[in-house]
Amino acid sequence: MNVKNIIYILGFIILFTGAFFLLPFITGLIYSETQIALLYLGLGILYMVIGGLILHFRPKTRSLFSREGAVAVAMGWIVMSLLGAIPFTILGEIPNYIDALFETVSGFTTTGSSILLNVETLSHASLFWRSFTHWVGGMGVLVLIMAVFPMMGGYDMNLMKMESPGPSVAKFVPHIKDSAKILYSLYFFITMAQIICLLIARMPIFDTLCITFGTVGTGGFGIRADSCASYTVAQQYIISIFMILSGVNYTAYFLIASRKWKASLKLEEVRWYLIIIAVSTALICLNIRPMFPDFEQTFRASLFGVSTIITTTGYATVDFNLWPSFSKFILCLLMVIGACAGSTGGGLKVSRVLLLTRGLKNELSLIVHPHERRIVRMDNEKVESATIRNTQVYLTAYSLILALSILIISLDDFTFETNVTAVLATFNNIGPGLAEVGPTSNFSAYSPLSKIVMIFDMLAGRLEIFPLLILLYRKTWKRH
Amino acid sequence: MEIVIAGCGKVGYTLAQQLSSEGHSVTVIDQSYAKVSALTDNVDVIGVVGNCVSHKTLSQAGVPDADLLIAVTGNDEKNLLCCSIGRKAGHVRTIARVRDPLYNSEMAFLRRTFELSDIINPELEAAQEISRIFQFPAAIGVDTFAKGGVDLLSFQVAASSILNGLHLKDFRRQIHSHILVCMVLRGGEVTIPDGNFCLQAGDLVSIIADRSSAAAFFEKIGVVRSRIRNVMIAGGGKISYYLVKDLLSSNISTTIIESDPARCDELTELFPKATVILGDATDQNLLLEEGLSSTDGFAALTGIDEENILLSLYANRMSSDTAKTVTKIGRLSFHSLIDNLDIGSVIYPQDLVASHIIRFVRSLDLSMRRKSGCASSFETLYKLAGGKAEALEFRITEKSPVAGIPLSQMKIRPNVMIGCIYRHGTIITPSGSDHLEEGDYVIVVATGVRILDISDILEA
Repeated sequence: MNVKNIIYILGFIILFTGAFFLLPFITGLIYSETQIALLYLGLGILYMVIGGLILHFRPKTRSLFSREGAVAVAMGWIVMSLLGAIPFTILGEIPNYIDALFETVSGFTTTGSSILLNVETLSHASLFWRSFTHWVGGMGVLVLIMAVFPMMGGYDMNLMKMESPGPSVAKFVPHIKDSAKILYSLYFFITMAQIICLLIARMPIFDTLCITFGTVGTGGFGIRADSCASYTVAQQYIISIFMILSGVNYTAYFLIASRKWKASLKLEEVRWYLIIIAVSTALICLNIRPMFPDFEQTFRASLFGVSTIITTTGYATVDFNLWPSFSKFILCLLMVIGACAGSTGGGLKVSRVLLLTRGLKNELSLIVHPHERRIVRMDNEKVESATIRNTQVYLTAYSLILALSILIISLDDFTFETNVTAVLATFNNIGPGLAEVGPTSNFSAYSPLSKIVMIFDMLAGRLEIFPLLILLYRKTWKRH
Repeated sequence: MEIVIAGCGKVGYTLAQQLSSEGHSVTVIDQSYAKVSALTDNVDVIGVVGNCVSHKTLSQAGVPDADLLIAVTGNDEKNLLCCSIGRKAGHVRTIARVRDPLYNSEMAFLRRTFELSDIINPELEAAQEISRIFQFPAAIGVDTFAKGGVDLLSFQVAASSILNGLHLKDFRRQIHSHILVCMVLRGGEVTIPDGNFCLQAGDLVSIIADRSSAAAFFEKIGVVRSRIRNVMIAGGGKISYYLVKDLLSSNISTTIIESDPARCDELTELFPKATVILGDATDQNLLLEEGLSSTDGFAALTGIDEENILLSLYANRMSSDTAKTVTKIGRLSFHSLIDNLDIGSVIYPQDLVASHIIRFVRSLDLSMRRKSGCASSFETLYKLAGGKAEALEFRITEKSPVAGIPLSQMKIRPNVMIGCIYRHGTIITPSGSDHLEEGDYVIVVATGVRILDISDILEA
């Protein structure tokens, strides 16, 4: 275990967290919240000094193997959340540090679950910071850092593998630094596109920025008490569409950007993702039709509901808690499926679901023809058995953590539906669940223990479980 | 530059590693998923799994837009076909590895027919290197510059040597020699020494000199080694083939020990003058019987690295003090450990090929930059001390910013040294009052900095 190199990477993360604080500082200045702004500035400078000091002691050997990569990523996200939560508590906006940590982790992991009773009481600076955590967390902070600095040279791959969602990492071009740059350029482009669209649709600039960060990062922190319900029809459609776009595998965008249209249309995962969205929207539309006066409203509510859940964003325009149970269960399924791999969304990922069902089909066929040789294909290419195995193990880990988390938070004695969807919503990085954690309520009623469990779930969901499990695995910390 | 490497074996791996660390964008192709992922997991490159003679795979790897395609699979014909298809697909420059001795005499024809930019043959290069070492037995390693006029020689300082404990500023006075110490390897660390540097026993010292003054120098410091007259070679593979050919042509008698009867017959047929022994080279008695203790040179060239190391250790113990030992290491990666063993000169064929290709890539890079006015021409490059340092040769052209200025007035970057100036056939060991002229060949030794052009030696 190369502790020095891990600390060096943490130095980068602390430095960047400090630098991010300059944004709420500027926001605070604009909205004449001078004292709050100065606090963000002060903390930002403090973090940057600490980070800079750590980076000053450059480790001699620049090597980082996969376990160090996993530990560095998990620790990095924990440190970033711990530091990012501090201003909320100092400012007294979220007096309890566990609550502040829950809110910050919820931000960085692009979950969007909140413990705030009324978001509108927060200062502009804090609201902006809260939404900005989504943007950073969406594509990943280490990927951002490696786009700018060479941290560990070729070994950066071990960090990217651990931070990027999906069963395999898409390296677009040979150098990882360039791949990271391409990812962030695409991300930045989508962000700008949505900002422009929302401004054209006459959304106020502050709302535009915060809502865009929440959408492209598939986070879901609203800045109004009713999330997205009070936005205009056009604005709601824009948000829906950009949520769907943000859940698409970024490989598709890279292929489009490099003018390989055909190849981008052939991506099976994206195709299935869009099919799932279309079918779910149609089913929910039919199911909830009697609740709305006209078809347009029904369609808008179903589309928004489906896209907010499958992309694991978590905005809301209507209280889907009141929908019939058929629709609610579709939403629960979508929570588990999640967005595409290589997007900013959470959940199991469409590609994993595809691999699992295809693996199942192969097993069935093997019972019928015991000597048959079969392989799993994806995009017309063979999927290595190691990838299939990893996916199956992922499902096991996923189910175990899900079950254990529900067991622990059941101690708080909420209804069964509340507990299950609370864990589903945090573990899959969605935001609101159903019943008492539905879109109109929040997570503040849970005990500190349950909140810590859900903080773990959110991090595990965002980092795809293994890095956090590695942190808890005894052998990781042994010398040999 | 965009570079595609077909084949992820030993050579492919080393190449990908070195080219990527030089800042090039590297894509690798191999049919084995495991080999590709072993490479992409550890080196900053991208991988494609597929057959490198398929047009589809080559396009997938970006050959149509690439600058260079290097085919280093285990199969010569496949390499040639891959380069040929790649060339047709995208006017990319191509380098193929062709190592079957059968093709050796047809290299020029192959290059022309397949429009290859270069052909590499690791075995041939290793054999040439070994042959140089045998022809210059006092040194551990020999690299050649100025078309053979200047050598960079490496040797180890013995405890009894007058060099042990000598400060470099006293070097000229003590040794009465105009030779320049340009690099010292001590405990795995490379130093470009200055006058205050003190040599110690065990240091691996590199000097630049022409053949005759080097011989005089070795005589002065008490390392006298007579010409090698007979060599024993363990293993009868391709390197041995090329080596035997070279040695026999310089009238050095050779004994080859090979365990495969069919191969022995082939070698007997090819080399009537050589002694071919059928037997296991790890058999102590056989070695002694065939005269290991009286041989002038021993080369361990079997296919198993561990065996080679053991054989060389044994040969060094059993043979006379002046005998020269060469060990081939093809796969083992414990360079720092191996360098400390008493196994004489160590040859890494894949490193030789890698520096050959990097030389090519740099000059290609330079020819692309020359359009934007570059002022020297790049001649030769050697990787020293396991890639930790480099010795580069440049030819000065008239526009060069370093021409005409006395060296003492140049601000040369740290860890860079001008080792030698070669002007109209004479060697000048540079001192502060010397200057560079148009047409000079200059050898620069550097560690930790990347030098592409002679002007890179100056501080920015």
